[in-house]
Amino acid sequence: MVQVQGVQFQYGEEGPRMAFPDFSCQPGERMLLLGQSGTGKTTLLHLLCGMLKAQSGTLHVAGQDLRAASDRELDTWRGQALGVVFQRAHFVQSLTIQENLALPHQLTQGRVPSEVLERMGSMLDRLGMAHRAEARPHELSVGEQQRASIARALLHKPQVVFADEPTSALDDHNAAAVMDILDREAAEATLVVVTHDQRLKDRYPHCVTLNPTRS
Amino acid sequence: MKLSLPYQAWRNLRAKPLQTALSLALLGFGVGMVSLMLLTEKQVNDAFERNIKDIDLVLGAKGSPLQLILANVYHIDAPTGNINQRAAEKVLKHPYIDSGIPLAYGDNHEGYRIVGTEHSYVEHYDATLAEGQLWDAPYEVTAGARVAENLGLNIGDTFFSAHGLKDQTDIHTNKTFTVVGILEPSGSVVDQLLLTPMESIWYVHMEDGEVLDPETREITAMLLKKRNPLAVLTIPNTLRDTNMQVALPAIEVNRMTQQFGLGTSALRAIAMLIMALSFASIFISVLDNIRARRHELALMRTMGGTPATLYRLLLLEGGLLSVAGTVLGLVLSRVGMTVLSQVVEAQFHYDVAAMGMLGSEWALAGAAILVGLLASAIPARRSLRLDISRTLSEA
Repeated sequence: MVQVQGVQFQYGEEGPRMAFPDFSCQPGERMLLLGQSGTGKTTLLHLLCGMLKAQSGTLHVAGQDLRAASDRELDTWRGQALGVVFQRAHFVQSLTIQENLALPHQLTQGRVPSEVLERMGSMLDRLGMAHRAEARPHELSVGEQQRASIARALLHKPQVVFADEPTSALDDHNAAAVMDILDREAAEATLVVVTHDQRLKDRYPHCVTLNPTRS
Repeated sequence: MKLSLPYQAWRNLRAKPLQTALSLALLGFGVGMVSLMLLTEKQVNDAFERNIKDIDLVLGAKGSPLQLILANVYHIDAPTGNINQRAAEKVLKHPYIDSGIPLAYGDNHEGYRIVGTEHSYVEHYDATLAEGQLWDAPYEVTAGARVAENLGLNIGDTFFSAHGLKDQTDIHTNKTFTVVGILEPSGSVVDQLLLTPMESIWYVHMEDGEVLDPETREITAMLLKKRNPLAVLTIPNTLRDTNMQVALPAIEVNRMTQQFGLGTSALRAIAMLIMALSFASIFISVLDNIRARRHELALMRTMGGTPATLYRLLLLEGGLLSVAGTVLGLVLSRVGMTVLSQVVEAQFHYDVAAMGMLGSEWALAGAAILVGLLASAIPARRSLRLDISRTLSEA
């Protein structure tokens, strides 16, 4: 489902060349990409999401050869096959939470099917967010925003879910709660958590550690 | 669930009410001013042309030629004075003159002029009777459609005339006018007049027992139709030693509209400037949106939005502003036209309230929307080059 082999990336022509370790992740598997600040975690995440293009190596995610695909193919693929939980929850501020959650469907399919609305209702219910469906993003607490962000990443049933530092600012109790939600709601998807949080090592035995390898 | 791009664009505009209101107000005022000027020019020109209708020359007392035209063709100014009827009839018999319509006036009823004339005046403007008949005997009146409507006049109604063209202070209570007919609306000046025989005007100003001398009878003006184009050059020479003059309506109106033109050009320039400011406002608004919402736009790219989708969204925001601003402008110009028509009607008894869309207004609306779209299309191009990775990393 996720395959990374011999991937190298360089920002511009003057930037340092970054090399990433090889790894793969099978369908439905959970894995951790662990690394301290400056090890290229965010860069690797953006490579895995097709937001950056690697200069060399093999990058296959959810059936897509990311180096061979066109920008247009990647745009549609991201909306259909991927779910991304960002470190800081981003929302379209003019839309309500339920409209934000439905946005990936609108952008990829041009409409929001009724079954998605039903799924959204039950998901928000499970996350204790049903009463906030009509709220605007700025009206939500940080915790509510994070749960809404998880719901948006999973609502369209992506094949692969990437979570960027989902527990970075949380205490042990809340970190465990968020990861429980992610595990539960993304049960059918491949889950890749990108983090520096050592607390998650015990939770996911499949762990790849990123080291600074720049030239 | 409604989540189409136009809906999203609408929500984005609503999320910034002040910025949206400013752009709308600027474009609305700019389009409104230009539209109002186009409407006013059209209405005024139509009214002038309708009322000139085959009147080649106006014979009247010496004074301002423009005043002579405004007073006797349009009935919106005081006459330059009176002329002798016998002298005027001599001019009418000149071989270069085909026909003439005499006018005598100086009194009013509730601000509407009572004009002594002949039936040919009604025929000249193709006015027809709605009810009753044309005047026949002295003090019989046939009312124009607008006068009858505004004063609620019916056949058989009577009234006294007041001296002057507007005042209601010096009322001739010794002579009673009777309405014998009401005209259909003709869109010409007769709609605003109370028409009566010439004798009514003469008799109402005579003392009891006074006898009217045919040699000294006066009229206010005579509307002349020429038989020979040389009349325009010849007739003024024949009047050199009299107290009369002839004025050419087409030339005087043309001169007046040219003078108006200077004012309207300045107003149009101001309106264009406001419109230009509104387009700059839309440009800045879209540019500012791209800067302020770059994280949202990058987020939409991670959720399946293509650069073209984002471009269309931003273009729609500018397009919605342009369309709404243009519609607002056209509505404002109609409101302005309604107010203006009430003022004009109160002042001059003219109806200038036609509200249909002019061809030039369609062109104005099309141009405003097109330029508004362009003003948003240029900054929106930035969304096509959005670096998703860098933008999300900045957050």
